[in-house]
Amino acid sequence: MTSPFPSLLYSDLEDDLRATVRDLLKDRCDVDAVLRRTDGAEAFGDEARAVWTALVGDLGLAGLAVPEERGGAGASWREVAVVLEELGRSVADVPFFSSAVLATSLLTRLDADEPLASLVAGDAVAAVVAPFGGPLSASGTVRLTDAGLTGTVPLVAGAAEADWLVVPLTDAVVLVRSEDATITAVPSLDMTRRLSDVTFDAAAAEVLARGPEVGDHLRRTADLAAALLASEQLAVAERVLEMTVDYVQQRRQFGRAIGSYQAVKHRLADLWTDVMRARAVARYAAACAAAATSEDDADLPVAAAVAQAVCGEVAQRAAEECVQLHGGIGFTWEHPAHLYLKRAMADAAALGSTAWHRHRVARLVDLPAPSPLDATVSTSEE
Amino acid sequence: MTDLVADLAERVDRLLAEHPPQETDRWDFLRARYDAGLAWVHYPEGLGGLGRESAHQQAVDARLAAAGAPDNRPAGNVIGLGMAAPVIRTYATAEQQQSWLRPLWTGEEIWCQLFSEPGAGSDLAAAGASARRDGDAWVVNGQKVWTSLAHDARWALLLVRTDPTLPKHAGLSFFVLDMLTAGVDVRPLRQMTGEAEFNEVYLDDVRVPDANRLGEVGEGWRVTQATLMNERVAIGGGVGDRESGAIADVARRWRSEPSARRPELHDELLRRWIDAESLRLASARFAQKAEAGTPGPDGSGLKLAFATLAQETSSLSVALDGAEGLRYDDWSLRRPDFSNPEQRVSGFDYLRTRANSIEGGTSEVLRSIISERVLGLPAEPRVDKDIPWKDLAK
Repeated sequence: MTSPFPSLLYSDLEDDLRATVRDLLKDRCDVDAVLRRTDGAEAFGDEARAVWTALVGDLGLAGLAVPEERGGAGASWREVAVVLEELGRSVADVPFFSSAVLATSLLTRLDADEPLASLVAGDAVAAVVAPFGGPLSASGTVRLTDAGLTGTVPLVAGAAEADWLVVPLTDAVVLVRSEDATITAVPSLDMTRRLSDVTFDAAAAEVLARGPEVGDHLRRTADLAAALLASEQLAVAERVLEMTVDYVQQRRQFGRAIGSYQAVKHRLADLWTDVMRARAVARYAAACAAAATSEDDADLPVAAAVAQAVCGEVAQRAAEECVQLHGGIGFTWEHPAHLYLKRAMADAAALGSTAWHRHRVARLVDLPAPSPLDATVSTSEE
Repeated sequence: MTDLVADLAERVDRLLAEHPPQETDRWDFLRARYDAGLAWVHYPEGLGGLGRESAHQQAVDARLAAAGAPDNRPAGNVIGLGMAAPVIRTYATAEQQQSWLRPLWTGEEIWCQLFSEPGAGSDLAAAGASARRDGDAWVVNGQKVWTSLAHDARWALLLVRTDPTLPKHAGLSFFVLDMLTAGVDVRPLRQMTGEAEFNEVYLDDVRVPDANRLGEVGEGWRVTQATLMNERVAIGGGVGDRESGAIADVARRWRSEPSARRPELHDELLRRWIDAESLRLASARFAQKAEAGTPGPDGSGLKLAFATLAQETSSLSVALDGAEGLRYDDWSLRRPDFSNPEQRVSGFDYLRTRANSIEGGTSEVLRSIISERVLGLPAEPRVDKDIPWKDLAK
């Protein structure tokens, strides 16, 4: 907290970047197209792949926050957060978060220059092989022996799209080519970010890091990714609020726009207030991610946990309200509300649930859960 | 920039040299500070300022405080400093500004606002206290309510109906009332906490000079709106350090009192802590937007959210007390001293914060403002529109 309080606004540069990404997604990734693609058998078909190529190839967004000396654009995680906002608005079915945030930040931290160069150039996609719906942790069952890597990790995000698999183990992080693993896509609650079970059977693996500092690398990567995910959640909340505000002005029942009923107006006002709050914590978390260095995390752990605790709940509640206030049409397959609801649910679980992040705050700011001794004291006093 | 900062520091040092705080009467020092332009540096010269940027005030305050100089106890004159001063600056004559602002800033003269009435709360524009023209003055009759500081106040901002034949918003005018005028009767209004923070003010043939009118006759609603805007910012705003305000007390108790650490309250404690932190950041963002010249509508949302946070945090505080939470400290009718607030039991805070979602715009009115002015949803039906005030159902 020694650094000066950061700006929580959007810079002109960030506004320009937003406009560019929005423009691209408007043409190639509108929500009806995403809905149609989610019905397909293939997670990353030609259309979604074309969107990805435009993002990482034409716009060069894969290495936005990677230092220039490593081939990146040398911008910061604040700009990446703006890209995530735009991708969240579209519930885009591209592996940006799993590859360009999670895997890229871990590979940067591990100085894995070769795979990193191919990611930054837009030539390859990577995934961190850990279950998406929980705190980022090393697999305890996958074993590295002289014969290679063996074991299974369930429910991994972005693996089906990946060329490189970055596998955290309890005492090492290893790199595996995706063709050396068995990647089985599973039906996923969030159809726009599909999960896969990843199985290794004596797979060839390159060790990227080894030793006790692996846990620290993972924790810091998780903090950064959690801080950034909040921007995606903010955008989901903001978009469903917009959709709902539009709808309640068009939909008429009992001779009036349903948005003229105070019961509806006041719920939307509460949601708007929550989105205002979500934007503040998401921007602060992105600013802390941008300011963190390899030596000093500064306020990133608290900022990330607070942002996840707030944005996870706000996005999910906003999507639930969107379904409710759309009435019957909001419950249909053809209406996109469910895409946002499913994304919001999956994001709320990703990298640890909102409840998990609340309890992480407890550890970080010294508000511990009661110890057994406390319970005895309070019982005896009662 | 640095020249201006150095210049201010020099002016502070000169003030301290010419009026050593330890040897100077408190009021004399505050008056000298005002005359030196160091009261509010963003005000014009001659009115307590130097026409500088308000951002420079903090350094001035800090330098004076470090030298042991007295401050003007702003918490004791919130209406004067937060609401009256800006409206005086905009609407009063040069002479009135000269005579009102100096004792207002020093705190020698406290201000209050006479807006709400028993029949005009959220619907403030329906106010019915009347003012009838009589020569170069107006004669005011009516009853005002929820007036904090009226018993200490020398001056009041007064909203009255000067023409009952016009629709409600059009027939109002705005005055400054000398509370020492004959016919002004201030009575304590006791609240559920036991204390009397507020008053009822009865106005019986009270004469107010026309010269004390702010804005044109019939322009009272516009002046009131401008005043209330300042109130909402003042109530909802403020960028503090992490874990400040009511949550600081709760967190401190959690860490220091094993008996307060009840397992069933842990998650609620964390929710409130995170709420407080997120609103701190939202306030900071609001302040940054205002600084950049685009304040936006966040003030209403912040006021709404801070009211909820205060209420929920006070409930948690009572719960941390366990059985002791049912012990109250003092039901006697007392006047609170805002410039020197005392620590009360958690039950007091619980009761007092009930008003947070009522005073300064109810949470329901704020939700309507957000949904209509920010989200663009249809306005509530206005059955009193275009009807003369005197013909409205009351």
